[in-house]
Amino acid sequence: MAKKYDAIVIGAGHNGLTNAAYLAKSGLNVLVVEKNDYIGGAAVSRELHPGWIYSNCSYVCSLLRQSIHRDLDLTRHGLMVVPYSGNTNFARNGDYIAEYHDHAMMYREYARHSKRDADASNRFYSDLMRYAKFIRHFMLRTPADPTSFKPRDISEMAFMAKKFLDMSEKDICEFIRFMTMSCGDFLDEYFENELIKTTLATSSIIGTALGVYSPGTAYVLLHHVMGDVDGAVGAWGLARGGMGAISNAIASALKEHGGEIMTNAPVDKIIVKNNKARGVALENGNEIYADIVVSNLDPKRTFTKIMNREDIPEDLHKKATNFKIRGSSGKVNIALNGMPDWPSMPKDHMLRNGSMQFLDTRDRMEKAYDDWKHGRWSEDPFIEMTQSSIWDPTHAAPGNYFVSCFIQYCPAEIEGGWTPEKREAFGETVINQISQYSPNFRDFIVHKEVRTPYEIENEVGLTEGNIFQGELTLDQLMFNRPFPGYSQYRGPAKGMYMCGSGSHPGGGVSSACGANAAREILLDLKRPNTVPKDDVDE
Amino acid sequence: MPLTIANLLKPEQIAHVPNGSLGSPFHERTSPLNFNQAWEEWNGFLAANYYRDEHLEYFSTRNTCGVLDVSPMNKYRFKGPDAEAMLNRMVTRDVTKHPVNTVQYNIWCTDAGRIIDDGTIFRLSQDEFMLTCAEPNMDWFQLAKVGFDHVDITDMSHELAALAIQGPTSCALLKAMGFKGIENAKPFDIVKFPYLDGEIMISRTGFTGDLGYELWIDPKNAIALWDDVFSTGKIFGVQPLGLESLEKARLEAGFLSPYVDFHPALHTMDKGNDHSPFEMALSWIVNFNKGHFTGRAALLKEKQAGKHRRLLKLDIEGNKAAESAILYRDAACQKQIGYVTSAMWSPVVKANIALGLVEGKYADGPIYAEVYHQKELRWIRKVCKCTKKTKPFWAPARAKQTPPADT
Amino acid sequence: MNNKHYDAIIIGGGHNGLACAGYLAKAGKKVLVLEAAEQLGGLGATREFAPGFKASVAHTLPQLTNKLVNDLQLRKHGFELAANSLATVALSPAGQHITIANGEVQGASAADAESYQAYKRLLGRFADTMDATWHKTPPVMTDGGFKDASTLGMFGLKVRSLGKTDMREFMRMIFLPAQDMMDEFFETPLLKAALSWDYNVGNKLAPRSPNNAVLNQLLKMSGDMSGNGELPLPKGGVGGLINALAKSAKAYGAEIRTGSPVASVIVQDMQATGVSLENGESISANHIISNTDPKTSFFKLLGVQHLDVEFTQRINRLRMNGLVSKVHLALNAEPKFTGLNKANGRIIIAPTMQYIENAFDQAKYKGLGEDLALEVIVPSLHDNSLAEAGKHVVSIQVQYTPYDIAGGWDAHRSTLLENVIKTLEQYAPDIRSQIVASELLTPVDLEQQFRVTGGHWHHGEFAIDAWWMNRPAYGASQYKSPVAGFYNCGAGSHPGGGIMGAAGANAANYILKEEK
Repeated sequence: MAKKYDAIVIGAGHNGLTNAAYLAKSGLNVLVVEKNDYIGGAAVSRELHPGWIYSNCSYVCSLLRQSIHRDLDLTRHGLMVVPYSGNTNFARNGDYIAEYHDHAMMYREYARHSKRDADASNRFYSDLMRYAKFIRHFMLRTPADPTSFKPRDISEMAFMAKKFLDMSEKDICEFIRFMTMSCGDFLDEYFENELIKTTLATSSIIGTALGVYSPGTAYVLLHHVMGDVDGAVGAWGLARGGMGAISNAIASALKEHGGEIMTNAPVDKIIVKNNKARGVALENGNEIYADIVVSNLDPKRTFTKIMNREDIPEDLHKKATNFKIRGSSGKVNIALNGMPDWPSMPKDHMLRNGSMQFLDTRDRMEKAYDDWKHGRWSEDPFIEMTQSSIWDPTHAAPGNYFVSCFIQYCPAEIEGGWTPEKREAFGETVINQISQYSPNFRDFIVHKEVRTPYEIENEVGLTEGNIFQGELTLDQLMFNRPFPGYSQYRGPAKGMYMCGSGSHPGGGVSSACGANAAREILLDLKRPNTVPKDDVDE
Repeated sequence: MPLTIANLLKPEQIAHVPNGSLGSPFHERTSPLNFNQAWEEWNGFLAANYYRDEHLEYFSTRNTCGVLDVSPMNKYRFKGPDAEAMLNRMVTRDVTKHPVNTVQYNIWCTDAGRIIDDGTIFRLSQDEFMLTCAEPNMDWFQLAKVGFDHVDITDMSHELAALAIQGPTSCALLKAMGFKGIENAKPFDIVKFPYLDGEIMISRTGFTGDLGYELWIDPKNAIALWDDVFSTGKIFGVQPLGLESLEKARLEAGFLSPYVDFHPALHTMDKGNDHSPFEMALSWIVNFNKGHFTGRAALLKEKQAGKHRRLLKLDIEGNKAAESAILYRDAACQKQIGYVTSAMWSPVVKANIALGLVEGKYADGPIYAEVYHQKELRWIRKVCKCTKKTKPFWAPARAKQTPPADT
Repeated sequence: MNNKHYDAIIIGGGHNGLACAGYLAKAGKKVLVLEAAEQLGGLGATREFAPGFKASVAHTLPQLTNKLVNDLQLRKHGFELAANSLATVALSPAGQHITIANGEVQGASAADAESYQAYKRLLGRFADTMDATWHKTPPVMTDGGFKDASTLGMFGLKVRSLGKTDMREFMRMIFLPAQDMMDEFFETPLLKAALSWDYNVGNKLAPRSPNNAVLNQLLKMSGDMSGNGELPLPKGGVGGLINALAKSAKAYGAEIRTGSPVASVIVQDMQATGVSLENGESISANHIISNTDPKTSFFKLLGVQHLDVEFTQRINRLRMNGLVSKVHLALNAEPKFTGLNKANGRIIIAPTMQYIENAFDQAKYKGLGEDLALEVIVPSLHDNSLAEAGKHVVSIQVQYTPYDIAGGWDAHRSTLLENVIKTLEQYAPDIRSQIVASELLTPVDLEQQFRVTGGHWHHGEFAIDAWWMNRPAYGASQYKSPVAGFYNCGAGSHPGGGIMGAAGANAANYILKEEK
């Protein structure tokens, strides 16, 4: 291949595409190389069974920066984000707690379980939103390096201090507590009802190799509520057409700006010469050249697989090896040809359309984690079942449904390794739990796809199948993400960058990592910045 | 513990949240009177915005007597030997000096001295209180209870139906209903009468600033009470009253409304968007002499600094309600000093009245309001001079007289 | 009746209360210490748990500093160490024990022995950095600025002076769980388990728990009585130190009364002015200083009627359920551990971190595991004051034993003791036959006998969320409380638990500075 690009982005996940789009927008000649024959990474819509479109990895979005959506004109490129809510969590006896969008309904639903908790929920959300408000400022900003004396880092630290001091002294103390606590303990400070506490704890473990009682899970909860849909902080949305619609829209914007995408092009190595990035060598032996190489792959894969050991400093290799990217979740994606019954719920109740969960105590959540610690998938798993296709007619023909089940915990490595039989057994565990609340659920299944961390790693490329490209613990957040000294998207060699969610601000379909990395690349190239400022909380 | 479908509750065994709000105990009577079925949700109940004619209803509180269904109010019972001490430490007034069978308007604040909510406390006996407030507060009460082992707090909102009877003929109406001696009840007194097969509690309280009473009764007798009020009340000009009229009456009286004039502190996210009692012109109920109460230290500091914002009663030039108006120090609107929280044209006072929150250092100087109003869809801006008032816009002598006149 | 008026009354004669008394008395204050029990020292008291056999609940002094010892002239008053530094011995079921002594690891792989040097160097630097905080009043924010900002600045400077590389590691590693720390440095499971012990012991933490473990480890390294951050063993049990503290305080003029439980703090016009004893006596003072845990201080002694609601909630929510039990065994002969010449070190019984985690998992659900993790010391091998010649005392910390065990402790006491002995027998086969008496102190016993809420060693979890400006809570982190004249000087205040005396010393310094 003779053609030389200005920049090559490895991996056509949504962050890679976003990064490429902003580089292309600034006039660079950009190529995205993707190992699969489809783009999107973990934000994909795939017809895995004829007539059914699956969001078979990520399934909802909230963190997607509205400012990027607007700036890249993604609506014109086919993206529509629709608000989605209505979660129901079942207790063992079939009673449930539901989430309603309407505040008065939500209050009454809480109140039927605990009047006090209904009141406390207002205080809880006010406090949580106060913390979210603080953290939201940093999503589309590059973390400061606290060890640096560069004016830019000092001014970024000062910005953080200023935002910090926007809170009252009491709230600063509360925020520091919150950031390091367990979600289980945090909820005890507000609520008395276990079903309410368990339901609210959901987001504190998703994607995380920690239990609800592990210190640090309160932050994971915050990570799930710091996004927004149209300014409604904490709200979640669906991408019409499945999560692939996001990737496709960004890809379309990229192409409009002159960028190119090459699929079926797995990268073997990043070519580095004289400590400068020179391009990539594909597995098929072809080499493509560029002075800018950006990896959308997770940090572990980037630094231990597609870079030569001699091209990276020893300490970085150690950091990459120690990087925590633990597979803790699986997915069971299901095609249904009818709407199952939920015997304890009134017929045609609106709640049947929402998400469903089936654990009613935090101890059950914690025990699911204990199983994982011992290298087993959870016997009584945590499932977030999202029936998004009810709201999105593009997933399947009328009367048919696509159901996404996100499951914790499921280890990347189990004794004897994953086999198709074990994978099936894991899927059965999930269907069994659902069937306890819906006896005929199984009868409507026309196809299902069971994905353990093994499949996620091998198909998507996420090490251990970790959905966030690395644990969201404080040792791997902000200026520590992915590693101290490498949080500003720059790799070890000149011209080599990272743009995946292994970098700040972390996992979730946010496009922020890709955009932040683009801003840094353009800064290094002394080109005008094309990345918009975030429009949080005007 | 094995799970089987057979163990699941049936839908009818689960107390699903009702779609839509509940009717109050008076709903059977109020619903037919509500011509346009104009309701809003209030603590899970349907509350009438207005019945037939909001303007007429409003005048009933000033001219005859209006009847407002206040059953949706949150009502909490505090009972036990620690009830007095617990409440005294929670609110800003001295509960230890609160006589039995009287009512006190009260507020409770955070540690930082910011208002959480306001409400009225009914002292029913030495160790039993009823607290009523517009917003739910159980969460805070339970926090305030920590360390007081001998007090039970129960939400009794559904145990009592309540009617507010407000206006110049209200006392005459109650006398005609047979509540002997009610005329001797002084403002904030509580009197109990045997009524129907039980008891009725009458307090000389209300949210209109006029002569008025509130009647508290077992919900099973609600309909009978309503019928009694309206049949006896015909000759006293009795009118059902909706929330829109109440909103007018309370503003004329200078009373505060949560989420309108102040933002409850526990639900405020941004520093400085909540309010202290001094800002809300409530220094008269902050008792620094009663000993410790929650927020005392912070409030004392604020009082001594004296720099706080101030909620002012404003009489605004012209006759266009200054809703959402920004307040300035100068007619050229150069220096913004505050904003209007509530505003209306007062039909009885014939004045364009408002409550406005102004930065402390500008509170004594000139104030101008930038008012926007619409004429046949066309928006018009004007700058109006504001005059500060120290007394409530509406405070008739009868509201405080005992015994009050019949009209 | 005692009509005397004091400058300060200290409620509780634990080591922090006595240290506080010593410093105040040394500065010329008229001080009275009131101890509820007949014996001073609380969890540090050396008690005769069986005829002729003595032990203290706390058994070593990793946090104690020479500064405290010198300031209060404790050596003059009889304080001495029985052993300068105990080796840590990780017992292997297969007899391949690992010893950590004199800054070296023996018995693990060569790579681990080498890694240990790097580990020790890095942790030592981190511990030095934290030293900027332990012995100072925490800063607080007031009206947008910082009070005692110099402490904050000094800490910042210390962090900076680690240099780029170590500073980065500090800001990352401070959040790591013990397991990740161990995995980053070492390969031998037994070594990892032993080294992870101090990261978690006494708290609701296990090897996989993030955020708070490293902080605990660094607190354990705050003392300087022996080199290398290892374990000094006091003579006469920790009670030896307590006696010296008491003598020192008395020598400086403090009065100490035992058997004098305080019923409540007297508050007049929102000012703490004295205490009422359970016997009805009232004593007045300018400063009332509580060495009890925060819940006892604010709820039982002061009373919430003097406090604001949110502050009360901050105290109420403190996590104070202890997870460690203490077992004391009286032996008629020296215990012999297979493969060990002499049991004169600190013995850790936990073959792997997973073993510890498993024990923790049981406790999470209020249960009790069969496999318990133990720290075992035979102090009588170094100290002949604890038992007659030839007889021995075994002092054992047992994890994890939840305060709120399902079914209550009465149903589990004998099982727990039996499990401990069974576990010991695996390594010291003859031990059962040597036992002449035993004492089991569950968290509930510790609560009842020593008046520590929840039986929690540290007067509340030691964690980043309960540290520095948040210890015990916002509004009381500078030893003074929201009520004028009422102070805290116990382990519930900064810097926290362990036989350290820093909370007592810091509180005294704060009060003396405040007076100026």
